[in-house]
Amino acid sequence: MTDQTTPVSTTIQPDPGDNAVKRFLKATEIDTRLLGMVGALLMIWIGFHLYGALVNGFGAFLTPRNLWNLSVQTASIGIMATGMVLVIVPRHIDLSVGSLLGLCAVVMGVVQTEVLPAVFGLGHPMIWVFAVISGLVVGTIVGAFQGALIAYGKIPAFIVTLGGLLVWRGVAYLVVRGETISPLDSTFSLLGGGPYGAVGAVGSWIVGVLGCVGVIFLLVNGRRQRRKFHFPLRPVWAETFLGILGCGIVIGAVLLVNSYPWPRGIVRQYAEANAIEVPESGLFISHGFAIPVLILLAVGIAMTFIMTRTRFGRYVFAIGGNPEAAELAGINTKRMTVKIFALMGFLCGLSAVVASARLNSATNALGTLDELFVIAAAVIGGTSLSGGIGTIYGAILGAFVMQSLQTGMVLIGFDAAIQQVVVGSVLVIAVYLDILYRRRQK
Amino acid sequence: MVDRTGTPLVELRDISISFGGIKAVDHVSVDLYPGEVHGLLGHNGAGKSTLIKCLSGAYKMDTGEILVNGRRVEINNPRDARANNIETIYQTLALADNLDAASNLFLGRELTTPLGTVNDAAMEAECRKIMGQLNPNFRKFKDPVSALSGGQRQSVAIARAVYFDARILIMDEPTAALGPHETQMVADLIKQLKAQGIGIFLIDHDVHAVMELCDRASVMKNGQLVGTVDIPDVTDDDLLGMIILGKKPGQAAA
Repeated sequence: MTDQTTPVSTTIQPDPGDNAVKRFLKATEIDTRLLGMVGALLMIWIGFHLYGALVNGFGAFLTPRNLWNLSVQTASIGIMATGMVLVIVPRHIDLSVGSLLGLCAVVMGVVQTEVLPAVFGLGHPMIWVFAVISGLVVGTIVGAFQGALIAYGKIPAFIVTLGGLLVWRGVAYLVVRGETISPLDSTFSLLGGGPYGAVGAVGSWIVGVLGCVGVIFLLVNGRRQRRKFHFPLRPVWAETFLGILGCGIVIGAVLLVNSYPWPRGIVRQYAEANAIEVPESGLFISHGFAIPVLILLAVGIAMTFIMTRTRFGRYVFAIGGNPEAAELAGINTKRMTVKIFALMGFLCGLSAVVASARLNSATNALGTLDELFVIAAAVIGGTSLSGGIGTIYGAILGAFVMQSLQTGMVLIGFDAAIQQVVVGSVLVIAVYLDILYRRRQK
Repeated sequence: MVDRTGTPLVELRDISISFGGIKAVDHVSVDLYPGEVHGLLGHNGAGKSTLIKCLSGAYKMDTGEILVNGRRVEINNPRDARANNIETIYQTLALADNLDAASNLFLGRELTTPLGTVNDAAMEAECRKIMGQLNPNFRKFKDPVSALSGGQRQSVAIARAVYFDARILIMDEPTAALGPHETQMVADLIKQLKAQGIGIFLIDHDVHAVMELCDRASVMKNGQLVGTVDIPDVTDDDLLGMIILGKKPGQAAA
């Protein structure tokens, strides 16, 4: 041991044999897997855009409008994918998420259109709050119930949730007798996005500034912690680079969502309602971040915090790495399983809010096949089905990849059959590449 | 010599446990005094690991009682054992392979910040400290333990047991996967811990290691206790005879 008595914080030292790229990655400590995923996502985006531009004469993908819509469409799957990481890391699986989403959606639909108006009166501002709570509660209870069957009944998660896939879809049908509930409460439907369901230019800048402050705080705090415990520090230039990169991405996102204006019809409607004169050239009103995207963002941050900063998250990984060791270390693995599935259920409820609000309707068919997309998103995002490995940001990126493929193929005019072929193939290829990467790491 | 006049550190009285009709442990009683190393010997399947797992909380015994410092205690799970300052180094090491050394060291007993979040930096710093004492060559603090060698993994498992002020330490074949150098390291550690007044149950196949390290030895066969002997009173062959024949030396003579 060198300097055991008086340790000093040193800077990370590159190996002399490393080339410039390697040295750069080592100094910034950027995760190469993350880099690969972002690269793949960008390639998909540019590929679709170029294909559209060359073959159809119009590149529709890399437009503010499409990217804004893409972000909204990803929200529902993305929210559940973060929960799926939590489920897959300790070696479970949840096949019931799509059906549970459907059940939560119809329960919220009934609560906000039949139950609450009778109590508060139609259009009461508190209706959406109680409706959302009802959906979250149903999701959490159902999730906890499935978790209890898995933990205490010792039934494999695959079987319990395969049963759940059928049961909750059936229950959803029974709740609404197969009818579609529409329209929903007007405040509630804002949670699904749309021109009114976005925070506008000023709101987006506030989010952006908060984001930049967050990035800088994390870097400064990380450096302080390392210095306190005498761990090697990143070089100052690397810290600066990370700060600029992080803030740049945040500001870029704000500029992007702010450059997508409201459609003319909505502007006219809005102008009439608020007695604003619309000039000849039209009025430019930005969408800004859509509310479901902000919900996804909040869920992503909260789940990352849970997975990396809390004991709960640490135990999730420990169970995934070695269930027996976790048990011997005094972790109550059964109670953990119930909590994990309850949280997954909660996220299904939240996802149901976004999905049904976006369509402004609730049907028992909502979320059909979502379980496959959610699991695919988590797995593309690097979650290992053999347990122990997975990240929240990976799952969200995976959800973006899935959704980009879907949207992109619709934009360039591929039909549904080809879409299925491509999405299925991409899933297999992505996981294979990940396996190759991990093998090389060892 | 170990002073065995006071209250034993731990007493296992009349322990029995069976799995599906097979008596894995059949009315066995052993005890352990402070500063004593008590060896447990026997063939594979003799029941020594099972017996000790009742003490570490991995199994729940069917009948019998456990006394720690003369007081009867309930040990229903590993948490109860830890609460009684009983620490275990399992034969399988029981490490979560995907986590780093510090996370494994503190698994189930994480250091937290005032906000209640896990304090990884503090845990890594503590981990560096204890590993500096146990295995000064240990460098891989950031890697998952799956990337470590057998000896390094062993030192993580040992660090976990000794870091938390164990009074009673259970070592289940701690040197099974180790080379000669690391085996010596474990032997030195056992002597050092013994000098601190910690009681150690040592399960081992190697009769020579038991002769060298232990004060007493108990031999089990087919779930039953063959006998407990003072190591100074017996030879290697006596112990081997007990393991193979299932008879105490005195009995064989008589």
